[in-house]
Amino acid sequence: MQDEPTPQELLTAVAGWLRNELMPVAPADKVFHVRVAANAIDLALRQLAQAGQGDAAERGRLVALLGQDGDLATLNGALAAGIASGAVNADDPAVIDHLYAATLEKLAVDQPAYAAYRRAAGLEGGKARG
Amino acid sequence: MKPATDAIAARTTLDDQALLTHELSRIAGQLAPGATAVVDMTRLSGGASQETWAFRAVGGSAVDVGLILRRAPGGWRQADGAAGLETEAAVIRAAGAGGVPVPEVIHVLAPEDGVGRGFITRRVEGETIARKILRDAEFAQARTFLAEQCGGILAHIAKVDVAALPPLRLSPARQQLDDLLRRWRGMNLHKPVFELAFRWLAERCPPDPAQPVLVHGDFRNGNLIIGPDGVRAVLDWEIAHLGDPMEDLAWICVNSWRFGALDKPAGGFGSREQLFAGYEKAGGRKVDPQQVRFWEALGSLRWGIACTGMIDTFRSGLDAGVERAMIARRASETEIDLLNLIAPRA
Repeated sequence: MQDEPTPQELLTAVAGWLRNELMPVAPADKVFHVRVAANAIDLALRQLAQAGQGDAAERGRLVALLGQDGDLATLNGALAAGIASGAVNADDPAVIDHLYAATLEKLAVDQPAYAAYRRAAGLEGGKARG
Repeated sequence: MKPATDAIAARTTLDDQALLTHELSRIAGQLAPGATAVVDMTRLSGGASQETWAFRAVGGSAVDVGLILRRAPGGWRQADGAAGLETEAAVIRAAGAGGVPVPEVIHVLAPEDGVGRGFITRRVEGETIARKILRDAEFAQARTFLAEQCGGILAHIAKVDVAALPPLRLSPARQQLDDLLRRWRGMNLHKPVFELAFRWLAERCPPDPAQPVLVHGDFRNGNLIIGPDGVRAVLDWEIAHLGDPMEDLAWICVNSWRFGALDKPAGGFGSREQLFAGYEKAGGRKVDPQQVRFWEALGSLRWGIACTGMIDTFRSGLDAGVERAMIARRASETEIDLLNLIAPRA
């Protein structure tokens, strides 16, 4: 067993240091990159916090839709190929529901401030971007 | 970027700055009557496909003219798919002659100028940053008419006399869709939403236009110089081509360029109706909103695939910067935008 602080705590500290300590004194042409670096750590933290919950939900839906089992990459490949070939009916509301759900699960990690995400996820109000 | 690479980049910029200042000073009189030197050579952006430099041509106490140089990276390299800098300069001149607000082209670099390929335009003052244009009070008045004005400008672009243009690639919808699908298959990735979009687009692909027109190709926030009085200049004609005028009308509506103003599809500052009305009023042909929707989805998909392509750029080490990696994680933005276009929910 590894000692603490946890990876999450370490990354949170780094992101805070980038924003609060480095950004105010960074040269003008580096401020943007410091912000991007802090945002990247935040993204990684959101993905770690999710701990595969979204993946499990997505896999469950894919198994039901496709009637086959496999890992997430295989199932997504099968859905993509099925939509491309027409073997999966892309007009089926269950397929569309799944695509919305999977996309919102991704955006919750990737870009939770994106305005179209916030509206689709029913999170409007508060700070939005993008 | 590694420190060593940073140092090399800084040195190259300094070398370029000295070279450009020296060589362009020799032709200063051609750039502005009475000018004897160029000063304040400043690199504005280092795009992969073009360099942009700002500088001034000065002479005595009376001459001081702001100018912009657009140049191939390092002077000579040129990106695939770009029309070419000499061609771009000729397109800007033809568009200007057709009533499109553009920066005046002062000089096209010749081999004897010794600084590579590119062209020099007059500098147009104004704002290009979308967040300021969409939020700052000084643009409040402009925001009420920008959509209609953009429609009018797009009509003028579509009406530029094709015979007055240099040879440009023809790029109708079907070809763009086929090219994009080929690129996507080449990435060998699985994104069900992109597959849904390809299917949806294939079913709605408009026929090749009987009379292809000039298409700017990247008409959006960021490439428009805007003042409180409205659009002052349309920039970045790098990927101009011949095709369907609905392409430009749609690209400015792609959600990625609305910067959060979801309910103002035209650039985040207006409605589609205002944009289309401006287009038709200025002599553009009748707009088919369904065809614009096709092009909007194609635009979102193209941007989504470009974002996804950053994974390779990042992993190959070609650009291992954090920014590159983070753009790859924006592909999902286009997936929600595509779903909203293809299978909208009430």
